[in-house]
Amino acid sequence: MLYHWIIDVLFWVAVVFLVGVYVSWRATRLDRLHVRVETARAALDAALVRRAAAALELAASRLLDPAASLVLATAAHEARTADADNREFAESDLSRALRAVADQPDFAGTVAGEGGDGADVLEELSSSAAKVAYARRFYNDAVAQARAARRKPLIRVLPLAGRAALPDFFEIDDDPPGV
Amino acid sequence: MNVGIVCPYTWNVPGGVQQHIRDLAEALIALGHRVSVITPADDDADLPPYAVPAGRAVPVPYNGSVARLAFGFLSSARVRRWINEGGFDVLHVHEPAAPSLGLLACWAADGPIVGTFHASYQRSRALSVTAPILRSALEKINGRIAVSEAARTSLVEHLGGDAVLIPNGVATERYAMAAPLPGWRGRAGGPGGGEALGFLGRMDEPRKGLPVLLRAFEILGRRRPGLRLLLAGPGDAGDVAARVTPELRDRVAVLGMVSEEDKIRVYHSVDAFVAPNLGGESFGIVLAEAMSAGAPILASDIEAFDRVLLGGRAGALFPAGDHEALAAAAAALLDDPARRKQLSAEARAAVRAYDWSSVARDVLRVYETVAYAGAGVVESGAGA
Repeated sequence: MLYHWIIDVLFWVAVVFLVGVYVSWRATRLDRLHVRVETARAALDAALVRRAAAALELAASRLLDPAASLVLATAAHEARTADADNREFAESDLSRALRAVADQPDFAGTVAGEGGDGADVLEELSSSAAKVAYARRFYNDAVAQARAARRKPLIRVLPLAGRAALPDFFEIDDDPPGV
Repeated sequence: MNVGIVCPYTWNVPGGVQQHIRDLAEALIALGHRVSVITPADDDADLPPYAVPAGRAVPVPYNGSVARLAFGFLSSARVRRWINEGGFDVLHVHEPAAPSLGLLACWAADGPIVGTFHASYQRSRALSVTAPILRSALEKINGRIAVSEAARTSLVEHLGGDAVLIPNGVATERYAMAAPLPGWRGRAGGPGGGEALGFLGRMDEPRKGLPVLLRAFEILGRRRPGLRLLLAGPGDAGDVAARVTPELRDRVAVLGMVSEEDKIRVYHSVDAFVAPNLGGESFGIVLAEAMSAGAPILASDIEAFDRVLLGGRAGALFPAGDHEALAAAAAALLDDPARRKQLSAEARAAVRAYDWSSVARDVLRVYETVAYAGAGVVESGAGA
């Protein structure tokens, strides 16, 4: 009798142990996904700031006409000062302003041909706009996977996500200007 | 930057992924970056200086065919050591879903990881069954790249999430110079034969548009007694010849499948290169190769070609499927050497946008995006 009792106890100890290992593995995975979302978000913020800086630099460079400079400077300023609720609209507006300015006939040729640092400013602008598009894809990719993991039954039942907020997608128009 | 690239397939076996990695690595090195590629290969294999062998790959049945893959304790240990000693700013894993070095590298590393997905699967049982196992390794990838829209679609379907699209580059320099094939005078006007039009592509695939070109040649061949047609690509040569009227047949040369070297010579053997495709092309690698060779191009006006040829500036366009328009445009082009010269120069300039150096620049921007914090790649502690 005693023998059976011990087997039973050992069995349940093993079950509890394995469940514990599994749950902790799932928690680690979820934590890693959250860290990835945060890293991607930081990279996206850095890319957006860099793009706004490049737009301001172009606006201040005297390579453009005053009206185009004003359009760019305003859009870049709005994008940098927008609060969380208006951020996506402001960044989309900056994308549109950049495209409107860059879509002028022979824009790249004229700016780069001015001599001085025109070519460098353009290179920085095209690079930072491309990085915004990349960083946003990577961020939304991370968010999609974190959200999928959060929907799993185990994660819903046990508080494995801790107090981490459910991450939100970042949706903007980020088509780069053609420079 | 200091970049570690993981190649999943044996280096010395020809393949699209290996070629991609070689071109990318060399373009990055040319831009002044440090690159190390780890690849399945024997220790005494003939490798370029930037490649590191990870041991022999074994042929195993995988995903419906036999693939040479590297896995097991030895490969695993070598990947770990390579990551540990490399001190990489970013790790670039190719085809990370294949059970080979890429997966091992995802497992063994923490930090900025970029993954490039090459293949597209219709319905991959392997990917569906193993998705839960793969997922925890693939979740470590910070930035995903797909080389085609098809690859991106199957990635999104099977694994969720998203990827950025960076297509393969063209090694434009490889196509720039070559001698014409014997018996063809080429654009420089050497000995051997008169004017010629060229075509390259699957001959038995109607969407590549060979029937349109053959019908146009029925008109052109009668009006221009010296004109010849040079056709290369997989397909039944006899079948093609049967579609040409007997009196013109000896002026149509059907080469069939050609080696990479002869393919380049085809582009240099003709006065104009014809791309009569009817649709279904997303980019047209053949067109890009012909442009790199500086061949004057005559292409159908499908959307992809219109874009690559800058709306007709870098090559003449004709309405897709219209053989009479093709015949007229070809006649005009053959009669105008100055225009051919101009198109050739414009094509060489336009194709630079698809050169590996441009692709490498985009890939670098991805690296800089994921590695912006500068933490670098470290060996994963627990391996989980």
